[in-house]
Amino acid sequence: MAIWIEEDAKVLVQGITGKQGQFHAGKMVEYGTNIVGGCTPGKGGQTVELEGKEFPVWDSMTEAITVTEADATVIYVPPPFAAEAIMEAAEAFDSVKGEGVVICITEGIPTLDMVKAVAYVNNRPGVRLIGPNCPGIITPGETGGAKIGIMPGHIHAKGRIGIVSKSGTLTYEAVAQTMSIDEGQSTCIGIGGDPVNGTGFIECLAAFENDPQTAAIVMIGEIGGNAEQEAAAFAAENVSKPIVGFVAGATAPPGKRMGHAGAIISGGKGTAEEKFEAFKRAGIACANDPSEIGSVLLQALKDAGLR
Amino acid sequence: MNIHEYQGKAMLREFGVPVLEGEHCTSVEQALAAYDNLNSKVVAVKSQIHAGGRGKGTLYHPQTREEVMQGGVKIAFSRDEVETYSTNILGNVLVTIQTGDEGKVVKNLYVESGCDIAHEYYLALLVDRDNKSVLIMASTEGGMDIEHVAEHTPEKIHKVIIDVNAGLLGFQKRDLGLALGLSGMSLRSFGKSLSAMYEMFVSQDCAMVEINPLVKSKNDEIIALDAKISFDENAEFRHKNWAQLRDLSEEEDVEIRAKETGLSYVKLDGNIGCLVNGAGLAMATMDVIKLYGGEPANFLDVGGGADEEQVKTAFSMIMEDPNVKGILVNIFGGIMRCDIIARGVIAATEALSLEVPLVVRLAGTNVEQGKKILAASDLNIHPANDLAEGAQKIVSLIGGDE
Repeated sequence: MAIWIEEDAKVLVQGITGKQGQFHAGKMVEYGTNIVGGCTPGKGGQTVELEGKEFPVWDSMTEAITVTEADATVIYVPPPFAAEAIMEAAEAFDSVKGEGVVICITEGIPTLDMVKAVAYVNNRPGVRLIGPNCPGIITPGETGGAKIGIMPGHIHAKGRIGIVSKSGTLTYEAVAQTMSIDEGQSTCIGIGGDPVNGTGFIECLAAFENDPQTAAIVMIGEIGGNAEQEAAAFAAENVSKPIVGFVAGATAPPGKRMGHAGAIISGGKGTAEEKFEAFKRAGIACANDPSEIGSVLLQALKDAGLR
Repeated sequence: MNIHEYQGKAMLREFGVPVLEGEHCTSVEQALAAYDNLNSKVVAVKSQIHAGGRGKGTLYHPQTREEVMQGGVKIAFSRDEVETYSTNILGNVLVTIQTGDEGKVVKNLYVESGCDIAHEYYLALLVDRDNKSVLIMASTEGGMDIEHVAEHTPEKIHKVIIDVNAGLLGFQKRDLGLALGLSGMSLRSFGKSLSAMYEMFVSQDCAMVEINPLVKSKNDEIIALDAKISFDENAEFRHKNWAQLRDLSEEEDVEIRAKETGLSYVKLDGNIGCLVNGAGLAMATMDVIKLYGGEPANFLDVGGGADEEQVKTAFSMIMEDPNVKGILVNIFGGIMRCDIIARGVIAATEALSLEVPLVVRLAGTNVEQGKKILAASDLNIHPANDLAEGAQKIVSLIGGDE
């Protein structure tokens, strides 16, 4: 078990013929992800060569899912077209299978496009959206596994720690920290740093709580909004597994956009201090510094009798 | 991206939201001409800067820093007063609660007709992250700081959440108007303005439209007396007109150049420059520098796929800041390979003949090769194995919080 994406999940790549899509599709195949083809409107019938193998390209997602019975799709479509790519995938999964996971890596999608896309996906309850502007999701296997996104596969190993984060490289940092105390990961999810996105912290926490493979959770937030505070309140009531938390942006000046569109403190709300406080109130073990995540996690595992 | 009030009002007018007659001016002569043209007994002379709190701000002489005038928004009852106020405002520095002590030089003025106000309201449209939709927020407490109202009298703030597929509906406009105590003519006028504003918000990819105050005139008409509008920068590709609306003098020059080269840079007040890949990690790097007693000089995210040239550009941007006494490079290589970063760091330090201490922490893809490349160079580069070690090293190398 893992969450949402099994090790052998069948994965499509939207934008597979583009530079980014092709590059990352190759990296996914190299890792062992079960890529079953891709979709680029207007290029149906062509094939793409990845790691010495040919992969089919379809014009439409409905066709691609019908033929391949894919479980998930990953989107590397440029920002002007990405929201529509999300909606096409959602509709195709919903109509063909009634379920599916849509992972959108694209950075820089207009916020109002995402408002529409998220509403569209939410009308199709079997479909889950992860991202946009995120590193993706990975479920490491004994050999290979399902890497769906842009994360460096080789830093991961199968294990029992679930990781959820708004940030890309900070997720990798957390992965390296689990490895430093000889722990692997069940599933790692980057939910993305945009103000309007799909899956949030709470759904990840709930899924990790129900996943028998996951023994403990690392949750990494950043300034802006109050998703972390709500997640902390949820965790206090509903999560029995140990959680380790970190929030980036304690030194960020108010009103400035810190890289991620969502990372902005407005009107004194959404500060790192506020989020750390909420974590502590919920009994989440906090790391003051990402390099401490390993040691704080080790202590949390020991306290729970898991080490 | 923010725009000025006079630009925002032009846009509101274009969409059919009532605003008062006004003219944009950049000189005292233009301000006087505007007064003559407007033919209004009373006019408002308003400083145009991208910051709130203008009315309660203070103007200072740019060199001597002597106080020139209280208030960056003045009501003038005569031509002489227009002359006095515009002279006191243009070219001087306006300091408000939002500008910081440095303040901003005022280069633009807006001279606007007066109006008989019956009541002031607050109105804002924004994207609400919690509901993942557009939110309209209104209050009877116009002209006040809305954060203050939210904290002390939250019951006076009324909200409507828009279903983007249904759009702004008639009953929502009525509910909001009734909650503000409007009726008859003013309720209809409010509904019309609200529809126009929502249409503008969506079609122009606004991030926020804040009208404080929105007023009811003695004739029961709803008028936007102020306009604070910002756009979602992600949508820039479909709004060619933004290039003209952008006032580059309101933005840090280096931040603009960073954006052009695909880097994300924000200047801060400390003395330790940072070069990091990924926004979250860049923020965390700043935090950890502070945790170990240092002060970050900047936020700098070189992105996921930076090449040698971008690393070099990033270094030269950091070094433009005269406060920088040391640099911490923190890279977790994913797509980005550490060996490439290492070569970029060496090329940049050589090209810029870097003299400040440099600490480099590399992790991830090809980290061993990267470390070897750095170790083989005879440059004064201090390696670190993790972020905490890197931060501690750079703080001690520059001599603490000096």
